[in-house]
Amino acid sequence: MSDERFGLRRRALLAGPLALDGGASLPAVEIGYETYGTLSPSADNAVLVCHALTGDQYLASDHPVTGKPGWWTRMVGPGKPIDTDRWFVICSNVLGSCMGSSGPASIDPATGQQWGMAFPVITIRDMVRAQALLLDHLGIGRLAAVVGGSMGGMQALSWAATFPERVEAAVVIAATARHSAQNIAFHEVGRQAIMADPKWRNGAYYESGDPPAAGLAVARMAAHITYLSEAGLTAKFGRRLQARPDGQAGAKTFGFDADFQVESYLRHQGLAFTDRFDANSYLYITRALDYFDLAEEHGGMLANAFRDTATRFCIVSFDTDWLYPTAESRVMVQALNAAGARASFVELSSPFGHDAFLLESPELDRVVRGFLTWGRA
Amino acid sequence: MTALRPDLAVIAANVAEGARVLDVGCGDGALMAALRDSRHVDARGLEIDPGNVAAAVARGLSVVQGDADTDLAGYPDASFDYAILSQTLQTTMRPHVVLDHLLRIGRRAFVSFPNFAHWRVRASLLWGGRMPVTRLLPVPWYDTPNIHHVTIDDFRAFVRERGITVEQAWFLKGDRRTSAAAANFRAEHAVFLLRR
Repeated sequence: MSDERFGLRRRALLAGPLALDGGASLPAVEIGYETYGTLSPSADNAVLVCHALTGDQYLASDHPVTGKPGWWTRMVGPGKPIDTDRWFVICSNVLGSCMGSSGPASIDPATGQQWGMAFPVITIRDMVRAQALLLDHLGIGRLAAVVGGSMGGMQALSWAATFPERVEAAVVIAATARHSAQNIAFHEVGRQAIMADPKWRNGAYYESGDPPAAGLAVARMAAHITYLSEAGLTAKFGRRLQARPDGQAGAKTFGFDADFQVESYLRHQGLAFTDRFDANSYLYITRALDYFDLAEEHGGMLANAFRDTATRFCIVSFDTDWLYPTAESRVMVQALNAAGARASFVELSSPFGHDAFLLESPELDRVVRGFLTWGRA
Repeated sequence: MTALRPDLAVIAANVAEGARVLDVGCGDGALMAALRDSRHVDARGLEIDPGNVAAAVARGLSVVQGDADTDLAGYPDASFDYAILSQTLQTTMRPHVVLDHLLRIGRRAFVSFPNFAHWRVRASLLWGGRMPVTRLLPVPWYDTPNIHHVTIDDFRAFVRERGITVEQAWFLKGDRRTSAAAANFRAEHAVFLLRR
């Protein structure tokens, strides 16, 4: 089968207009995506995996920029918990991002220039609407499941609330139904770091070829701390000192070099991130997250988002995740129970904080595999 | 499929076909799976132990990790035909509050518990002077999850005082039924079907 729509490193130009929550509309959207496995003749085995803030569509294939394996290769593949021998898996780059989907770095057809800050502010629901256009393009009416962690989990929730008839099951991992003041606060630090970088130039830095890498790196460093746990950082780095590049043992320099291993690690994380991510996209996507409040979209009652839903839900949190702690998952579960929805919830134990959903977790594997498989038994 | 625990078998045999059921303290979902597979029941569960929840979800059941003492308040009134509390009442902090929730959420409630007045338990205390460790109460006093031991007669008095109707009761010795008459002495387990 050589259907051009299916496979790795695909792009689709989808006719709009796509009306956005902010009031603007996009005449058309381009979406970068990948598919894995084979769509059944009745198109009933499609699983959409939604990525997190800085993730992308390279779910289970090597990343074209970093060369590293896809971000969820341990979860998705032949024989894996999301088994591509059974499921047709789709992962698309979110609207507003920078890996092939329409975002601030794409060309505004009206001006022929890159959008920059003229790109309309988007929401999680807008990302979901764009994904729905992609599914239409792929000939998929109804998803067997939508699965996501972190911001991906918010998209999964938004999918179930926005297109309940298109979602048979939703797996929502390490997520929240609304961004808290603390979540917004951390994002604001990141955005201000980018905007304080003189190279940002109000978002019009594309032509300069000199993007606000320093600001973006600081934003990433601050955010990265929220993905880890204190215990995890202590176990990995403690107060250990960083060896010098010439091999000399680490020592306090009584200066401001990266004396501590944790500093060196964060600097590396920040810098590496700037190679693959656009600063404006970071602004737009964090904004979308901060605006996310699913209850607000439904008259202030989260249960209303799931009224009469036939979707099955599986909510998973991690005990050391302080970015989207278990209490936030419990809020979703209570709303789902109040709505009479078929919901499962488990808090898994991990030392790794929010990032646990990306790491080795046999319990998560077991839950995801079982939840997806049994719904069809 | 392995055989159900005797009290669960009684419950499974007495839940109406196609009912909506909330199993509070559902463990790994053995009863829920049996109800789903044999009686087409729409079963939901609440379970405190994450390992058990993961096992239940992995077998396709809708189970929420939570605590009967704190997490029942969020369930709407009369949202289930039956609420089930099997071998869990005696482990709760406030059994009377849990029971109130059960009868609020379910139109009927099944409650099963080990009888602390079974003759073996009495003998252990009377002759041995020690807290009983029996087949049904296998854990020593310092480690037992059973913090509110209850006897069949205690429970009968309790529901009477609270004006709760006992629709049916079953008393078990091992996997065999025993009569209601001497149940407080002879039964290891009791199962009550209650309604407001």
